[in-house]
Amino acid sequence: MTVGLTDQAPRQGMWWIGLFLVIAVLVAIRAGIGEGMGRVYVQTESTSYAPVTGDEGRVTWSVVAEGTAGAATIERELFRTAGQYRAAEAASPGQQAIRMSWDRTIGLWLAAFFTLAVFSFLAGDNPAYKFTESIVIGVSAGYWMVVAFWETLVPKLLANLAPDMVKAWCMPNLEGGLFHLDALIPLGLGIMLLSQLTPLGRHVGRWPLAFVIGTFAGLKMVSHVESDIIEQVRATMLPLVVVGDDGSFAVWASLRNMLIVVGVLCTLAYFVFSVEHKGAVGRAARVGVWFLMITFGSAFGFTVMGRIALLAARFEFLFIDWLWLIDPKGDRGMTVVATLVSCIVDMT
Amino acid sequence: MSRSVALLICLVGGLTMLVSPFLPMATGWANDVTDWFNILAAMAFVLGGGSLLKVQLMRLSARGPGWGYSAVTLLAFVVTLWVGLGKVGVVADPSAPTVAWSGKPDDEGSAFWWIYLYVMTPITSTLFAVLAFYVASAAFRAFRAKNLEATLLLATAFVILLGRTFAGVVLTGWLPDWASGLRLENLAVTIMDVFNTAGNRAIIIGIALGVASTGIRLMLGLDRSYLGGDA
Repeated sequence: MTVGLTDQAPRQGMWWIGLFLVIAVLVAIRAGIGEGMGRVYVQTESTSYAPVTGDEGRVTWSVVAEGTAGAATIERELFRTAGQYRAAEAASPGQQAIRMSWDRTIGLWLAAFFTLAVFSFLAGDNPAYKFTESIVIGVSAGYWMVVAFWETLVPKLLANLAPDMVKAWCMPNLEGGLFHLDALIPLGLGIMLLSQLTPLGRHVGRWPLAFVIGTFAGLKMVSHVESDIIEQVRATMLPLVVVGDDGSFAVWASLRNMLIVVGVLCTLAYFVFSVEHKGAVGRAARVGVWFLMITFGSAFGFTVMGRIALLAARFEFLFIDWLWLIDPKGDRGMTVVATLVSCIVDMT
Repeated sequence: MSRSVALLICLVGGLTMLVSPFLPMATGWANDVTDWFNILAAMAFVLGGGSLLKVQLMRLSARGPGWGYSAVTLLAFVVTLWVGLGKVGVVADPSAPTVAWSGKPDDEGSAFWWIYLYVMTPITSTLFAVLAFYVASAAFRAFRAKNLEATLLLATAFVILLGRTFAGVVLTGWLPDWASGLRLENLAVTIMDVFNTAGNRAIIIGIALGVASTGIRLMLGLDRSYLGGDA
């Protein structure tokens, strides 16, 4: 029986451990030279609020000076750059206003580990990638459950069933605040849906599923017919002969409109499978395929560009935020040359 | 009986949404039904989480290969739920500073925000970024200009990729003004505005027609596959 996280051949496992050790050594060397790397700074910002009773007895909270009697104070930690930290230190050595945040710094290093672990999949499946994959599965499921709870279940369901409790608990600005009997319907359907987790729930779960499918079908039919058929057909009804402001014939604009109209009609002809693609229909369908190929080509180009943009963003994260090797925005107040020089000076 | 009621619920739910744009009095019904739909969609996330919990616990108890990864998934899931539902580290909202739970779970500084920023975002964006290598490698192996259609696809992708980069501007920058339409950056714009618009428009219309016909089939009970079994 294979136990735990290692289900690979021992030799392969050793290879990966060796690779990660090499990376760890390189990172340790980088952390020890120059200005170091991968630290996150924060500054605590305090704001005081005092209650103001307006018309109709409604209480609102206004920002007041710190220390005002009866005021409530909220403290938030906000990001500060390494450059701001250095400037504050230069102005007042040992200051505590801007300080290193341990939890955010640990988070930054974890994010770098996860980034490298996912990249490691390019060389083959390995325990670090699988570990990261397992984490993201659990986190994603939890994340969307939490979002669904706070964004939908609390304001749309609980607020209708127990408005006073919800108002006192987490939604002080809740409008209305009346019990709605009809909220019991989605509650009942929801409980039936959740019963699918039990062995007897398969039949009970049909009703909420039917409701979801029926309403979704109706909702999408209306929106698709309105925006995707009517509006698209309307947008295709273009003048084939365009006349400019000075009354002259606009060749390129006319050609453009003609190509769009012909392109849409020919591509739609390709999608009509109830008629055999022969003769005029066949020729139109062939032209439609050409338009489709150009569309797919441009979609492919944009997909590749999008992925490369994401890749660049990940490298920016590694080299700017984590390794502090480059500083294009000047957040750390160090130019590339200054960073390199400080590294070289430290090494020699 | 259970199936008949399910079909009736599907029909009533769908019809309510369909008639709402035409009947002013049905607008309120449609809003209610949309709210219920959103609640059930949120419940579906809970169902998904419960299902994940069940499957991973079964894998964990079976002690099969890689059961440790199931433990990691479970731990990540439980911790995210705990910090998110418990609003760990969330400060009160400025509009109600005395109500401790009034802040949003993903406010800056909260534990849930930390998980999103330092765990979820780097992993998901790197997963998508890694696809760049696989897309490029697949394209290199699959793209062959064997016929007119394949050549069109290849050439378009090439023009779009080059036309949106500085390299494209440099490569065809020497073309005179009267041939400026052939410069890669302008060619990319023309492809997007004319050919891509036409192709996409036809695809969108086709999809919408498909959605409408599938919706009618579902509402009329002609398609009962969602009920499962021998429906």
